[in-house]
Amino acid sequence: MKEKIAFRDAQKECIDGQALRKYQLERLKETVGHALRTPFYQHRLNKVGIRSSDDIRSLKDLERIPFTTKDDLRESYPRGLLATDMKKVVRVHTSSGTTGIPTVIYHTQEDLDNWTELVVRSIVACGVTSDDVFQNMMTYGMFTGGLGLHYGAERLGALVIPSGSGNTKRQLQLMKDFRTTVVHATPSYMFHFSSKIGELGFTVEELNLKKAFLGAEPYSENTRKKIEEFFKIDVYNSYGLSEMNGPGVAFECIYKTGMHLWEDAYILEMIDPETKKNLGDDTQGELVLTTLCRQATPLLRYRTRDLTTVVKGNCPCGRTHRRISRIAGRTDDMLIISGVNVFPSQIEQVIMKIPEVGNNYQIYLAKEGALDKLTVKVELYSKLFSGDLQDLERLKRKIQDELRASIVITPMVELHEPGSLPEFELKAKRVVDERIKI
Amino acid sequence: MAKQINIFVDNRAGRIQKIAESMSLANINIRALAIQDRGEFGLVKLIVNKPDKAVLALQEKGFACGIKDVLAVVMEDKPGGLYQLLKTFPEEGVNILDAYGFAAETIKGSVFFIEVKDPAQMTAFLQGKGYKVLTDQEIYEL
Ligand SMILES: [Zn+2]
Repeated sequence: MKEKIAFRDAQKECIDGQALRKYQLERLKETVGHALRTPFYQHRLNKVGIRSSDDIRSLKDLERIPFTTKDDLRESYPRGLLATDMKKVVRVHTSSGTTGIPTVIYHTQEDLDNWTELVVRSIVACGVTSDDVFQNMMTYGMFTGGLGLHYGAERLGALVIPSGSGNTKRQLQLMKDFRTTVVHATPSYMFHFSSKIGELGFTVEELNLKKAFLGAEPYSENTRKKIEEFFKIDVYNSYGLSEMNGPGVAFECIYKTGMHLWEDAYILEMIDPETKKNLGDDTQGELVLTTLCRQATPLLRYRTRDLTTVVKGNCPCGRTHRRISRIAGRTDDMLIISGVNVFPSQIEQVIMKIPEVGNNYQIYLAKEGALDKLTVKVELYSKLFSGDLQDLERLKRKIQDELRASIVITPMVELHEPGSLPEFELKAKRVVDERIKI
Repeated sequence: MAKQINIFVDNRAGRIQKIAESMSLANINIRALAIQDRGEFGLVKLIVNKPDKAVLALQEKGFACGIKDVLAVVMEDKPGGLYQLLKTFPEEGVNILDAYGFAAETIKGSVFFIEVKDPAQMTAFLQGKGYKVLTDQEIYEL
């Protein structure tokens, strides 16, 4: 049974194409005006002949603007991309990333208000109301996932439990005592719950869960199904990144057919990551975003490194904002194994379809002489084990065959005991690449 | 028919101790134990006095395990006895998947546990050849 379609602001969410483009152009001109106040964009934009917001006459002019990358953000640290007086800034979010050089995003009060409003719109699209009890099991602090949803749910008027991540038993106790209806967590954390709930003395039936927002790490459609079936809830996919505020950039509605990207707040472009040429809808490419309602840190044509596809057609919910598909991978997560491009998400998809293995897995890469050796470690699902050695060997071959069909190369497959592979409560680190050391 | 528990284990230190510990906590007596090594994992095979209870205790500790019917053949302690027994299998076209034995004081001989695809059929055949094949009850009483 489908829920009722609800809107935060039906006029904005169902805006027609022409009105949207007109609005985007107005906002883009304003954003370019803000950006020109930063040393970084002043230099960049002047080089291509953009000296004032008046040099943006149509949305087509966006293509004149060079891309902004994560490296640009790092090189501009700490103030190269600040477009307002520091006095107007009320919050910073920094992220360190793997290289150790941080990036920073500044927010004015208005920036935060706009962000919060996008989050409210997003969760309303999934049917959340002020009657809901929202338990936020994401990390708070510099990580934008926790605070972003927190303020959105609070503004909507839901009861917010800011439990943060960790302490599984206390989380379950809170869920039970406060009749939590909606949770926000990583998919790995939800899997962790499903494996611990019985052991900790709780049952799914005594909880009151209805929905979960899962994000902060990639997961497959099968992972969604497994979690939905286990907890008897609806799982909604969402998309966000700290450079674009955090959560609330794109969100599924109750139809779960891709995530509506809020085009009155971001201009969506898709490019070929190699040639950097713009791509049409229905072709997988790298998502490029331009902020339209941010004063303190405007970003123009930011390369997200996330690979996705624009979903064709109209959504039954009536929203006109285009939808993007589940993130297929990151251009920088891509593994090159013996010259073949492989995304960890492809491996996950195969593993999740095989009932005899559990949810945890590890991708292990090593060198064998000059060759790359890929080993995929999976856990045997205890309830489906017959006790037969032949079954185990057949299972290994089956996993190997299905992986080969999906990623072209033939991996070694290792079976491990249930619960023996590392499980992470936060972002799962599932790839171990030993090749780098050589 | 004798019941054997096959337990899937990672090939790393401490797993067999863990199994023995959980059997001891559940007050279950291990009559025989064998290990089949397969690289990154192995199968630990147990003959115990209460197989159903043992499986529950193991599953509670997170082990993947299953119960298999196996042949428990009594062997006299005399030279060539095992050879005489094993050679009947290929004659019948039956493949031995795994086998191990243990000496039992009470019967003044040893018991051989043999895994085959169709243990019921092989039991009848061995009995026809004069071998004593133990029932699960007889094993627990050894
Ligand atoms: Zn929709």
